Parts: sequence; C-alpha cells; structure tokens
Amino acid sequence: MAIDWRNYKPLLIPGIPNLHKIEVFEKNGGYEQLKKTLKSLTPEAVVNEVKAANIRGRGGAGFNAGLKWSFMPKPDGGPRYIAANGDESEPGTFKDRKIFEYNPHLFIEGAIIAGFAMHITAVYVYIRGEYKSWIDMMQKAIDDAYAKGYLGKNILGSGFDLDMYVHSGAGAYICGEESSLMESLEGKRGYPRVKPPFPAQKGLWGRPTTINNIETLANVPLVIKNGADWYKSIGAPTHPGPVLYGISGHVNRPGVYEYPTGMSIMELINDVCGGMRGGKKVKAVIPGGSSTPPLRGDQLEGVCMDADSLRTAGSMMGTAGMIVMDEDTDMVDALWRISHFYHHESCGQCTPCRDGTGFLEKTLIKIRDGEGEMRDLDLLLDLCTQMEGRTICALADAAAWPVRYTVTRFREDFEKRVKNTVFALA
Amino acid sequence: MEMTYEFSKEDLAEIEKIKAKYPDKKSPVMPVLWLAQEKFGHVEPEVQQLVARTLDLPAAHVYGVVSFYTQYYGKKMGKYVLDVCTTTSCQLCGGYEILHYIEDKLGIKAGETTKDGLFSIQSVECLGACGYAPMMQITNGVYCNHLTKEKVDTIIDGLRAGRMPEFESIPMPQHLDESTNKIG
Repeated sequence: MAIDWRNYKPLLIPGIPNLHKIEVFEKNGGYEQLKKTLKSLTPEAVVNEVKAANIRGRGGAGFNAGLKWSFMPKPDGGPRYIAANGDESEPGTFKDRKIFEYNPHLFIEGAIIAGFAMHITAVYVYIRGEYKSWIDMMQKAIDDAYAKGYLGKNILGSGFDLDMYVHSGAGAYICGEESSLMESLEGKRGYPRVKPPFPAQKGLWGRPTTINNIETLANVPLVIKNGADWYKSIGAPTHPGPVLYGISGHVNRPGVYEYPTGMSIMELINDVCGGMRGGKKVKAVIPGGSSTPPLRGDQLEGVCMDADSLRTAGSMMGTAGMIVMDEDTDMVDALWRISHFYHHESCGQCTPCRDGTGFLEKTLIKIRDGEGEMRDLDLLLDLCTQMEGRTICALADAAAWPVRYTVTRFREDFEKRVKNTVFALA
Repeated sequence: MEMTYEFSKEDLAEIEKIKAKYPDKKSPVMPVLWLAQEKFGHVEPEVQQLVARTLDLPAAHVYGVVSFYTQYYGKKMGKYVLDVCTTTSCQLCGGYEILHYIEDKLGIKAGETTKDGLFSIQSVECLGACGYAPMMQITNGVYCNHLTKEKVDTIIDGLRAGRMPEFESIPMPQHLDESTNKIG
C-alpha cells in the first residue's frame, strides 16, 4: 500500500513555533474539542466515536482505545482514574517526550476528554524519572491548564471536575507495564499484578482505572474534531491514524517523525531518514522497540509499519521505535546487549523470568566470548519456550522473543561464532 | 561525626502538597524520596528513616522502594553522576566507546567514584534518547546528546568549573527549514 507521506501535514506535533505555550495552542484551535465535548456530547457518544475510530494503543499492545474505555464499569459515585503512561522505557522508543516538549496541551486536552467520557475524577501522568526536563515541561503545561480553567472544579462551567497530577518514576523499565505502573503510583516496588481483576474493575487504590499511552490520548482530540471516518482514512485501514516513528541506529537522519501508519520500512529508511550511514546494506530492523522480533534485511521488501503487515512479516508494531542495523553489526553482541537489558529489568517476582533472563544473558556471554557450543543455540531456544507465557506479566516474553527470532533468523552468525570457539583451536 | 538529617519547614510544607495529590499515605513515598535526594544528594538509610518517620511508614517499606528503582542513590555518589547509556541504539552508535573514553579520562570504572568525590560513572539502561546516540545523563538531570570525545571533554571541563550543560531541544527533522531539508 502506498502512503502519500510527502504531502502529509503532521497532526500530533505540527511544526508550529511555541505550540507548547497555552496561548499559542489556543490560537491554533486548542481546547476547542474539549469545549465541544463538554457542550454538545455525552460520555457514551465520546466512547463510541473513539471506539469507531479504532485508535490502537501506541504503547505497544495496539488495543482499540475506545474499546478499552468501554470496559469501565458504571459510576458508583466513588473515585475513578486514568493513568497516562509516559514511562517510555522500551529500548528504541523516544516519542512521548516529543509530545511533552512540543505539544503537551494536545495530550492534556485528550486526557480531559477521556476523563469526561469515563467519568474520571483524577488523571495521573506517569513519566519516567530520567525525563526530569520533560516532567518539568509537563508540570508547567498542567499548571497553565488549571489557570485557564481546563482542569480543576467545574471545568468551563460544565459541572465536570477533573484533577491531573504528574508522578515521576525513578528508573525501572517494568513500570511501563500497566499493573506495575499502578503499584509504582501507589508508592511500592513495581511488581506487576496478577490479572484478573483487570484495572477497569480494580485498578489504582482498588478503584476503576484505565491506562492509556500518552500518544494514544493525544489522538483523541483529532477524532473528536474530524470524526471516526476521517481518522480511519489515515494510514493503514486496520491500524489507522498518525503515528510517531522513532527511528534510531545506523541511518543518516535518525529522529522522531510523524507520518501515517502503514509506511513502508524501506521508504522510512531510504527516503525519510536519508538512507544508511556510509551507504551500507541493512542487516536487521527491529520494528517497534527491542522486544519485537527483528527482521532480516532481505525480509523487508513490501513490509509496512502496521499491525497486519508486520504480523505477516513475522514481527510486531510495538511502539514504532525502529532500530536499524547495518551489515557490519555483530548480531551476537547486539542480542547479548538486549538480553542484558531484560535481565537487568526483570522485577524478580516470577522464577521463569528472574532466572530465565539471567540464563539467556549468561549463555549469550559464553557465545559472544568464544566459549559457546552448538548445543547452546538449542539451549537458548529451549529457555525461550520455558519463559514465554509462564509469568505474571509479558516481560519474560519480551525477553524471549528477540532471542528466539535473532537466533533463528541470523543463525549463521551464531553458528559461525560457536564453530570458531576457543575449544576448536585447542 | 554523625550527621543528622532533617526536613526544613519549607520541605514539610512541600511534602504536605505532595500528600494532597494521593488518596493514601503510602503513595507519596516516591516523590518524597525525590525531594529528599534533591536536598541531601542521596537517600542513604538515615535519610530513608527520615522519610519513613515523616510519612509514618515502616522504614523497611521505604528501603524496599529505594532498592527497587535505579535512580535513587542508596549510597553517596559523586557530585556529578555520569549515566552513560549503552543499550541497543547507543551500543550500535558507539555508546561503549564513549563509556570507555570517560572511564580512561577519569581513571575509574563504571560503578566507581573519583577520589575527589566529583564524578561517578554508571553504565545505564536505555534513557529514551535513541535517535541522538551516543548520549549520557548528568545526575538524573540534563541529557547530553550526540556525544563525541571532544564533546565529552568540553562537558567534563565545564563540570569541573561548575558549569552544567544546558538542555538541548532537538526538533523533529521534518519540521526543519525546507531549504535545508526537503522532507516534510
């Protein structure tokens, strides 16, 4: 499918100078959708429109945001929460910080509309602690929104009350997992919770809660403004809308780009990012953050950045944080570093993950250092089978997938290494 | 000589504001630890006990939180903590070369602090600046992007003179001027 990306005008982060200032945002139509929502729409109408738009969660899982909202139970008069997920810790992902920096009010407006739709009493914006500079920007934007009456009691005279707070993480990848994020907000170690109960039934402080990614919520005002049909006409039909692609690695112009979903991976590399550094060939692409299975350079023909195309190709959309590796990349070394990450970040609750991530890393160090044997490759794949789907949260799967697919798709690199071991020389 | 740690009247007023954001008494522990670390430079056990007393929580709970999150300094660190990212995108773009250069330059390894107490080095996991690799963060604050050996020299010389590098705003490439950038 061809996307007319050259004529695309960014919607989430338009290139308007000083858009992060509330006055500039208002001058460019900001908070108009909130006004429209409060004046003329019912909560059910908002949920239905967002559901129809099929905004697929931009944090990695790709679940229909409106459908998620519809899981919230009927209000019982008690508090209800949104936890906005800006933990952004998946290696390769650096997009939400662009929203905090360049268009924070679009996110705030989307979160307030979501709050109205689900009868929410408070929104907690969870941002990774390392993003101190961006946390300050977000706090400033929220303070300005309070001062203008978009947050707080009786918003714009509608009778709807909503508070919004920023909560800073403190360095833990696992807190991007929704139940771990809630534990962290409650002042605890970030241990993921067993589901059910799901957050909509029993979330923050035991109350109904919806967790949405920052970018997901930033899409909401666009849907309210132009309608679900318009939104669905952007990008890939089954995975529509604008998306922030974070592209890093061996390309000439890495960075965050906003284009419709469904962009061809090769077009992103060659045309958007100005090709590979030094004119080298593509060896591997990790499409959506380090947990998504890598694709070989020769698997990329015709593959597009949307859920269906990537599933057919044998990977996933994830966070659209694409890592590009050139022909000189040592896949054994690259995979070891990814495994080191998951070993470091495993919370330690579940044995298959706590020990499995360690075994994976140790085995990869052994192969990397020239002490590996052929049977270690089978051991790696066996370990993956012992980890996948056997833990409370998906971190074990996130650790296993890159191992499984790097070892199988780049097997010759691994075989070459184990055939040239120190043992073979002895 | 033993040092005693106390919150000032202003700190306690700030802590009351933090507490008002959450519905229970356990939840404010992370922001209050941040406040304590900002003030004391670390959250060693004595500071953890101060936080526990202030929030009326078991010290063991506070210790549990401190030891779970990597950004809380459970022991004293150098005045400037250089967190060098070495995860995948940074690894691909020379993150380890930068780390080793800083180690050689300061004469310490990652995880250590210089004798004068000025610098600590840590090799850290992905900091979310993948497109601007290699990079590092200074003492949980400013991000330094697109590092080269020369840039590292300038930053470290500056820190020795008490100059913290400034925040770098990195616009999206498609918003750059069309005369220099055809895309967007």
